[in-house]
Amino acid sequence: MDVPLPDPLRPRIARVRSTHREGPEVCTLELETDQDPPAGFAPGQFNMLTAFGVGEVPISFSGDPAEPRRVRHTVRAVGAVSSALVRLHAGAPLGVRGPFGTGWPLPEAAGRDVVLIAGGLGIAPLRPALYQLLGARSRYGRLTLLYGARGPRDILFRRELDAWRTRTDLTVEMTVDHAARPWHGHVGVVTTLIERARFDAQRTLALVCGPEIMMRFAAEALGAGGIAPEAIFLSLERNMHCGIGTCGHCQLGGLLVCRDGPVVRYARVRDALRVREL
Amino acid sequence: MEPLEHIIAAHPLFAGLRPEYTHLIGGCVHNMRFEPGEFLLQHGAPAAEFYLLRHGRVALALGAPGRGTLTVQTLGPGELLGVSWLVTPYRWMYDAQALEPVGAIAIDAACLRAKSEADHDLGFELAQRFMAVLVRRLHAARLQLLDVYGTHR
Repeated sequence: MDVPLPDPLRPRIARVRSTHREGPEVCTLELETDQDPPAGFAPGQFNMLTAFGVGEVPISFSGDPAEPRRVRHTVRAVGAVSSALVRLHAGAPLGVRGPFGTGWPLPEAAGRDVVLIAGGLGIAPLRPALYQLLGARSRYGRLTLLYGARGPRDILFRRELDAWRTRTDLTVEMTVDHAARPWHGHVGVVTTLIERARFDAQRTLALVCGPEIMMRFAAEALGAGGIAPEAIFLSLERNMHCGIGTCGHCQLGGLLVCRDGPVVRYARVRDALRVREL
Repeated sequence: MEPLEHIIAAHPLFAGLRPEYTHLIGGCVHNMRFEPGEFLLQHGAPAAEFYLLRHGRVALALGAPGRGTLTVQTLGPGELLGVSWLVTPYRWMYDAQALEPVGAIAIDAACLRAKSEADHDLGFELAQRFMAVLVRRLHAARLQLLDVYGTHR
């Protein structure tokens, strides 16, 4: 008997199993679906999530790929759809399509130092990569997470970051753009952490996720530190609709970001990112 | 104890500087330690000495009425603290407070300015190094101003 292939444009119905408030306007939704076996995902990939009656948005996976039944997405309320998703309560239905897109190049990271650079909500798509790196820690060299947020109250996954900071096999540095006392951590943009970080540029792979301006500055700072553009990967955000490279809304030069990204090699997009409104 | 000239030469700001210049600068410096909470610079005070940080972190901050103390930047080992000594009126524009025990090389600003005036080659060499720090900080400050993590609605 032929089993019909799933239609990538048709959402599956899922339910919110639980919600966790991460910060102002940011919430992690844990979903339950009737998929058996669960689809699984690669760190860096995304799902299209539908808030019924409102619309659909691409949201990266933020959970542990080793726990495919615990599908987690961290959402920030910035528009109508994401605001509707953040307002969902346990038991509420939503639509899910995916997983879509490219993941972080973790096989390429084997035997190398890895620097993860996150800005704001950009820590969410990097968290699955960090879970996977830590899950096979001996395969990699020095691991460093550099995380920048707007202010102390905007730092996401705070409890987990505190736990990671106690590890001796992972360096975690955080900074905020602005702070009032009693914050005693770093203040300054995340690129200043790159200048202070220790890494062997020749054997380092850099994974960068955050607002595009921040990623461009970070890539420049990494380049100034000796890391080649081929060893820098960014997670791009564009106006993704279909998720399968058909509709063309997310085109960036010769790329369809939903299909050829969101994770791309910096060397491949460096010139395109300098073109205004592209 | 390690000679101060060696410490200066090892600091990123002066890395690769010709030994005769390091020797000249060595005549303007002394070692300092600060306890957490102690001020290294105070807003409005004469910019008489600036610092090459060796250990510990320092917060650059300003008091804002009704908002408490706002930290605009933190600096740490290997970094330069204080640039207002470079231009008149030679007064600090921010407070700088030790967040943890801080070890630093203090450089007498008037002494270094006089030596730069007497030897323009030294002055040019130093100007290039300080300019690089200033440009990096300008870029960082502009990025900070953009508030890239805001929602911009």
